[in-house]
Amino acid sequence: MPRPYTVLKYGAILAWSAFVVAPFLWALTTSFKTINGVTGGPTYIPWLQYQPSLAAWGSLFGSTGGIDIVQPYIDSIVVTSGASAISIVLGTLAAYGLSRFSYRLGPARNSDLVFFFVSQRIMPPVVLGIPFFLMLRFLGLLDSTLGLVVVYIALLLPIAVWVMVDFFNNVPRQLDEMAMLDGCTPLRGFVLVVLPNSLPGIIVAALFCVIFGWNDFFFSFTLTFTQTQLLPVAIVALNSSVTPWWTLSASALISVAPLVVIAVLVERYLSRGHLAGAIR
Amino acid sequence: MALIAEHLALEVDRVPYLDDVSFTLERGRLHTLIGRTLAGKTTLLRTIAGLQGIDRGTLDLDGRSFLNRPIWERDVAMVYEQFINYPHLSVIDNVAFPLRRRGLSKDVARERARAVLDRVSLSGFDARRPSQLSGGQQQRVALARALARNADVLLLDEPLANLDYKLREQMREELRGLFSDQGGSIVLYTTTEPNEAMTLGDVVLVMHEGRLVQMGPPDEVFDRPATAAVAGIVNDPAMNIVDGAIEDGVIRLDAAWSLPLAPHMRGLALGPFRFGMRAIELELGDSDDVVGTVTFSEVSGSETFIHVDTGFGPLVIQIKGVHAFPLGATVPVAIDQDKLFVFGPDDRLVAAP
Repeated sequence: MPRPYTVLKYGAILAWSAFVVAPFLWALTTSFKTINGVTGGPTYIPWLQYQPSLAAWGSLFGSTGGIDIVQPYIDSIVVTSGASAISIVLGTLAAYGLSRFSYRLGPARNSDLVFFFVSQRIMPPVVLGIPFFLMLRFLGLLDSTLGLVVVYIALLLPIAVWVMVDFFNNVPRQLDEMAMLDGCTPLRGFVLVVLPNSLPGIIVAALFCVIFGWNDFFFSFTLTFTQTQLLPVAIVALNSSVTPWWTLSASALISVAPLVVIAVLVERYLSRGHLAGAIR
Repeated sequence: MALIAEHLALEVDRVPYLDDVSFTLERGRLHTLIGRTLAGKTTLLRTIAGLQGIDRGTLDLDGRSFLNRPIWERDVAMVYEQFINYPHLSVIDNVAFPLRRRGLSKDVARERARAVLDRVSLSGFDARRPSQLSGGQQQRVALARALARNADVLLLDEPLANLDYKLREQMREELRGLFSDQGGSIVLYTTTEPNEAMTLGDVVLVMHEGRLVQMGPPDEVFDRPATAAVAGIVNDPAMNIVDGAIEDGVIRLDAAWSLPLAPHMRGLALGPFRFGMRAIELELGDSDDVVGTVTFSEVSGSETFIHVDTGFGPLVIQIKGVHAFPLGATVPVAIDQDKLFVFGPDDRLVAAP
C-alpha cells in the first residue's frame, strides 16, 4: 500500500505532465489535419478518425497558400544565437567584476549597479520600442539582422549579468585566491579556474538568453518591415481571414523544436553539486 | 635569508587586526603561530600572502620588499583551514597546477605531483576528483599542492582544524616528517591548540588581540610566558589567573586565604600581583586547604576537569582518572606556591617557578 504522500506526489506530477504535454499532442495531431479534419469536431487518431495530410507542413516551405519559413528560421537562429553569445561573454565578464571587485559610481555601489542592469528588464518593453526605433534608424540598421542583434544584446545582457552575478557569488572566493597564490594573474585565474567551475551558471544564463531572444515578438515586429523577418513575426503573418490551425500548429512545433533540443542537451549540466569539492 | 616583518599594522573600522607586529622568520625552520580565534593569525598569513593589504609596516624576503609584489609573483604557498581544491581538476592535476603555472611541462609536473602525493600517502588517487575524497584526503591534496612547489614561504592556516580528532593526531605526526624535507622554505603554521604549537614548532609565536606578544622556542614560551594572556593561550586548559598581593612574607589571595612566599618570589616588592597556576598542577587537598565549590565537572579521556569557585575567583583543576563531582559540592584545593607564576599589575611575567 503506497503512502498517501507518495500517491499525492505522483498524482501531482501526472497532472502537471498532462498539463504540459497535452497541448503538444494537440498541436501534433492538428498539424497533420486539413480543414475538414479540424472543423469536423474533436478527432485524435489518424487514419481512423481523420485522414492525415502533409499539406500543413508543405505550406511552411513555400507551397501555395503558405509562407517560406526557411529564411525567417535562419534569421531567428542567427539573431538569437549571435545576441546570446555576445551577451554571455560580456555578461560573464561584467558579473565576475561585480562579484569580486568593489565599484563606486557616486553613491552607487556594486548592488546598485546589479540592480541597474536588472531594472532594464523591469520596465515594459513597449517603453523601449520608440527609442530603439529611433536609434536603429539613426544607425541605418532598421529592418536588418544586425540591428536586431544589437537590440537583443541590450535586452539579454541584463539577464546574463543577473544570473552570473548570483552564480559567481556562490563560487568560493578562496578559489580565485588559490589560483593567484599558485601563480595565476587574476585574468588567468578567471579563465583557468573560475570559468570551468562556472559552466552550469553559464549554461543557465545562456538558456535564459536563448529563450527570451527566441520568443521575442515585439521588437522583431516593430523594428523590421520587408527585408528581415524573424520566426515569431512570420508565424503571425500566417493568420489571415481563415485561421489556418493546421499550419499554425506545424509552425508552432517547428519553432519550439530548437529549445527542446537545447534543453535535452544541457539538462545534465543543470544538476546541482557541481562545485562540491571546492571547499568543505 | 629570512622573512622580516617590521611594524605591520592594520585597522578595520577602528578595530586593530594587526598591531605593530614585527618578527624574523628563518628558512628551514618550522614556526607555529598560536592565538585564540580572532587574534589576527589569519590576517597575518593573508598579509604575507598578499591577499590582505595593510596600513603600515614593511615585509622583506631575503632583503627584497615583499609588500609591493603581486600575489602571483610572491611564491607563497598556502593551505587553508577549509580544504580548498580545484573541483574541476583531478587530484594529480590539482597538485600539478602550480607547477604548470611555473612553466613545467605537463609530464614533468605530473611526475613531481605524483611523488608528492606519494609523500602524503595519496598514491593511487590520481584520477579522482576532490569531491570523491574524504575530508582528510582532501586536505592532503591541498597540502600536497602546497608542498609540491617548494615555495619560498609555506603558510598553513589551521590546516587540521576541520579534521576529526583521530585524523588530526595522525596528520600531526606526519606533518613533522613532511616539513623536515622542506629545507629551503619558511614555514608558518597557525593553530589554536597549545599541544600542536608546542610539539610541531621549532619556534612558537603567540598572538593576542592583533599583537605578537611572544616569540621563542616552545619550552621558553611554555616555561616563561611573557604575559598572563600568553600563559592562558599556551596552556590547555588555560592557566588559572587570580588577583592577589604579596604582603609581608605571604601571598595573599583574599581575606581568608594566604600562602607562604616561595623562594622564586623573594626579590619581589610588596603590592598587588596576579598569580598563575596551571590546572594540572592543582590538586585535591585536605581540610586545611582552600575551599572550592564545584560549578562544573567534565571528563576528557582519562582525565577529569573540575571547575570550582573560590573566594578569590574561579579555578580549573585537572586530575587523573575519571571522577564524578556533584554540582555545588565543596572540594579542598591544594595550591603549591612553588609552582606559581607571578605577573605584575600590567600582566607582564615577573617571576616563574
